[in-house]
Amino acid sequence: MIAAFLRKLAVELALPLILLTLLYLLSASSTNFYFPPLSAVLEKFNALWLGKRFFSDVIPSFQRLMAGYLLACLLGVVLGILIGSHAALRRAVEPVLEFFRAIPPVAMIPLLIMSMGFGDAMKITIIVAGAIWPILLNTVEGVKGVDSVLDETCRTYQIKGMARLWHFILPAASPHIVVGMRLGLSIGIVLMVISEMFAALDGLGSAIIYFQRSYEIPQMWSGVLMLGLFGFALSMAFRLFERLVLGWYYGMRNLERRD
Amino acid sequence: MDDLAPVVSVDHLNKVYESKERRVEAIGDLSFDVRHGDFTCIVGPSGAGKTTLLKCLSGLLAPTRGSIRVNGHEVTSPPEEMAIVFQEYGRSLFPWKTVRENVELPLRERGIAKDKRRAMVDAALDAVALSDAGNSYPWQLSGGMQQRVAIARAVAYQPKVMVLDEPFAAVDAQTRADLEDLMLRLWSELDLTVIFVTHDIDEAVYLGQRVLVLSSSPTRILDDVRVDIPGPRTQAQTRIEPEFAALRTRVYRGIQAAKASKAPQG
Repeated sequence: MIAAFLRKLAVELALPLILLTLLYLLSASSTNFYFPPLSAVLEKFNALWLGKRFFSDVIPSFQRLMAGYLLACLLGVVLGILIGSHAALRRAVEPVLEFFRAIPPVAMIPLLIMSMGFGDAMKITIIVAGAIWPILLNTVEGVKGVDSVLDETCRTYQIKGMARLWHFILPAASPHIVVGMRLGLSIGIVLMVISEMFAALDGLGSAIIYFQRSYEIPQMWSGVLMLGLFGFALSMAFRLFERLVLGWYYGMRNLERRD
Repeated sequence: MDDLAPVVSVDHLNKVYESKERRVEAIGDLSFDVRHGDFTCIVGPSGAGKTTLLKCLSGLLAPTRGSIRVNGHEVTSPPEEMAIVFQEYGRSLFPWKTVRENVELPLRERGIAKDKRRAMVDAALDAVALSDAGNSYPWQLSGGMQQRVAIARAVAYQPKVMVLDEPFAAVDAQTRADLEDLMLRLWSELDLTVIFVTHDIDEAVYLGQRVLVLSSSPTRILDDVRVDIPGPRTQAQTRIEPEFAALRTRVYRGIQAAKASKAPQG
């Protein structure tokens, strides 16, 4: 499984490498202030992001993201299971959920800055407020759609309470939950950057804004590049997680497709 | 509890589905007993309320009137002494668990120690000839094998009564014959008490010691047939015995009569 994963990764890395090479060659003679040669950007990238700033900016960003994202996952799944397994509760809260989901979380940053200040708590709250929705709503869908025969199997074999949740509801809903978690992760990254751009002394978003304000354009680009790699690494890690958790699901689906 | 007391006792069972628009009486009035060691087949035309009866038996549906007792206790929720094999094998096994884990889970929830559990799972998988498939996932197996996993899970559970709901309706004829023989073997070797619901008359007569013939709904018992074909039964021999032919004709006529007398639904 791991070998196949690495082989796939190699195939997928080929095109980005070709594009980078093209960009490198085409931008080599650029004199445009806003679009410096890639060589200059990479030089700054080496100096900044492979050095001190990795620890002073990338790590703090990562920690905020993880704190907010994992909290969103936990809350989203727990609330989603509660709402998904009680039809009456679901009818009562669904309109409210749809309303809150419709508010872009970025709109709450000014309010949160006033009430919570510039610290990490504000940024983590923003990440939770944005990332929780796809996780929550997909969990509700997943729990709602569990198989009735499996449900009866659990009932007749006396599988109840936490065991039912752990051995039946969670795995049965996991294909939906994972879709929600994947969406939540990209929303979380966006909100991490934006909240850091609004108000932070460190972090990727704050660094990019800092370089922009001081007209250090190659440095700013290197920050954008770092952010791209940051998101790419996270989505690779997520895919590995997905393979581990949903191995049974993909196996079953591939078999059905072949028939 | 003495051996003569019924394991399952159905007493004037009646079930009415009521909604705003209509009132459907699925089960009229059903009474029967199943004793320890019995192999009882329940056969009826489609729409005979077989599924309703089964859901009431397994405590998944509350009767409107009458009562069901399993092992002396009135059924109000799924009884612990009963194991069920569903028709939809593909939907009754956990696809995220291996064959072993599927068989093991109910035992685990019962709090049986790990070593003992392992032995029970081994024995059950061995009984259905699936010892080599323990680490496969159910969806990697054929339909017949999946249903054997479900049977192994029921056997390992060591229930007082095992209930099967048209378990072989979705497999091909050859597999079906094999599974029927597997059931007969398990029944005689493991001293099981079996209630086997089917719409297939031959299957009912081939398997059962007793065949209950149900009417169309509202369901009553039309006929209670004792099957005295001496064992061991085999697919090749038993099905050409004159007794087999006579009994299957009797059950067949009963079901035809049930269909013909089917009251128009209001």
